[in-house]
Amino acid sequence: MIHFESRAEICWFHEWIVVAVALALTGLTCAVLLSVFGFDPFVSLERIVIKPLSSTYGVSELLAKATPLITIGVALSLSFRAGIWNIGAEGQLIAGGLAGGAVALAFYGVDSFWVLPLTLLGGSLGGLVWGAIPAFLKVRFNVNEILVSLMLTYVALLLLSVMVHGPLRDPDGYNFPESRLFHDAAILPKLFSAGRGHVGFIFSLLFAVGATWVVKRWHLGFEMKVSGLSQRAACFAGYDRNQTIWISLLVGGALSGFAGVVEVTGTIGQLVPNISPSYGFTAIIVAFLARLHPLAVVPAGLLVALSYLAGESAQLALGIPGAATQIFQGMLLFFLLGTSLLVNYRIRFRRRL
Amino acid sequence: MDMILLSAIVHAILVASTPLVFAGLGALIQERAGVLNLGIEGLMIVGALAGFVVALSGQPLLVSVLAAAMAGALLASLFGFLVLRCLANPIASGLALTLFGLGLSALAGAQYVGLSAPQVAVWHIPLLSNIPFVGKAFFSHDPLVYGSILAATVVWWFLMRSRPGLVLRAVGENHDSAHALGFSVRGIRFLAILAGGGLAGIGGAYLTLIQTPLFVEGMTAGRGWIALALVVFASWRPFRVIAGAYLFGCVTIVQLHSQAFGVSIPSQILSMLPYLATILVLVFISWRSKGKGSVGPSSLGKTFKISH
Repeated sequence: MIHFESRAEICWFHEWIVVAVALALTGLTCAVLLSVFGFDPFVSLERIVIKPLSSTYGVSELLAKATPLITIGVALSLSFRAGIWNIGAEGQLIAGGLAGGAVALAFYGVDSFWVLPLTLLGGSLGGLVWGAIPAFLKVRFNVNEILVSLMLTYVALLLLSVMVHGPLRDPDGYNFPESRLFHDAAILPKLFSAGRGHVGFIFSLLFAVGATWVVKRWHLGFEMKVSGLSQRAACFAGYDRNQTIWISLLVGGALSGFAGVVEVTGTIGQLVPNISPSYGFTAIIVAFLARLHPLAVVPAGLLVALSYLAGESAQLALGIPGAATQIFQGMLLFFLLGTSLLVNYRIRFRRRL
Repeated sequence: MDMILLSAIVHAILVASTPLVFAGLGALIQERAGVLNLGIEGLMIVGALAGFVVALSGQPLLVSVLAAAMAGALLASLFGFLVLRCLANPIASGLALTLFGLGLSALAGAQYVGLSAPQVAVWHIPLLSNIPFVGKAFFSHDPLVYGSILAATVVWWFLMRSRPGLVLRAVGENHDSAHALGFSVRGIRFLAILAGGGLAGIGGAYLTLIQTPLFVEGMTAGRGWIALALVVFASWRPFRVIAGAYLFGCVTIVQLHSQAFGVSIPSQILSMLPYLATILVLVFISWRSKGKGSVGPSSLGKTFKISH
């Protein structure tokens, strides 16, 4: 009979071997699915993964997609460690993009160095406010943060829609629901001559390093971790649960908001009704792929960004519907979760007594 | 306002609410067993597609609905395997279920977009449907509207009046005690997940078979999440799920017909109302229950593992 036995200590080697197994299983399933639909898996791999990555343009696009995923993934890895389930990062991203975009449009035509920092700050504040709502409600009324942050995602999406249909619409845009293109002073510099990769990526790397420092070296990081592992233990140690709630959601909101404003000022260049292909939700997969280690979010984010890129090229080169990306991401999360059992438990085979 | 318009509106509210009733009951039965399933949205849309495809092939309504329930239960069993057998994090597993379900339905359903399901006959309840106003509003519906009330009654009877229901609630309240009494915690939870998945699938099928009746990618549009909020709103009681669902249906319909009522607010603002209402309700019930311990089943969302 198969029997699971708790491991006394979690070994870092097991953690990453399990991630590798999950990735291999996902890749294998995809190869099988491709063959079932009549595509040669190796030729497809070459066309949808290797080819896009072998040009500067492709790499630049990859970094553009990885930027929001890493930025939000870092925040979520902190928050999930603390046992705060901020599922509404997507809404915080949209709120940030909207607030930052509004600042950029308010100073349209002002050609000064401070416009861009102010725009980024505005975006982060927008996300912060969106994250503060579930934090306040949880601290004050003990309301479940999962549901509140999620409901606010829909509210943010609708709010963005109202604004680009109304007050922020381009006056010369023939009534299209879009804002005007941001002034050059509010546009993030590009990393390469080709593609849309921008300096927001550098910021995302800095966030990952900063968060790792907080987790490893600050007492606050330790308090949040204890609070997530056992609320009772944290309570007996005198750690403030409310502080953990506030920090998790405010950092989550601010970073997601930053990801949003960086997305509109770096990748898109204007406000449109849809500023994110569910980056906020996909970042949850990124955080789990990184096993909630902030530094590991960087490769995880790049990998998941690659799945977006591969999905796009699969659509173009093979005619596979774009939804295949979502299936791939869902499957990856399934395998990651299913195999994570092996990190915490050892399998023993023994006869039934 | 004249009575004919009002009765038509009440009729529309019932139609808009029915998917939420089914999905809410599906979430409720799982949560009563201590399982928090954030995958309701994915289960609904897969059920929506399965029911739609079967209906297109000319099968009667009952068969389509059963197919939707089976599709929902099948996908839910994957969640059950992860959460119960692999001891995976239930929050992330539910989310994976939603992502996977949305992707799968979009991929498999691409070829069915633009088709429309056969019309479903309305059941006029004899005599009652002839009453002016009330007849049109409440007694001239498709079978599934009556079915949703029946489902709530059955779920209520099962949970509150039957012995297996008592065991299910015991598992949700304290899985360690239930285990010590010799009940199979994992078995009972798995059955609850299957039943919940089936109900969520039916809720989704209502959209494609009756409400729209079309299939569009991502057409559940957050109803699965509202269903989860509804369960909290209903404080885990089946009949209150109906009441809550009708309240949400009410807001949806008011928003759709705001122009007829002479309201000049952008439609998006009104579309926010159900979500904002959910938050307000959550605040209200959490505030009311403050000091009375936890709200809802005590073992909700906790991983059960046999310790010996």
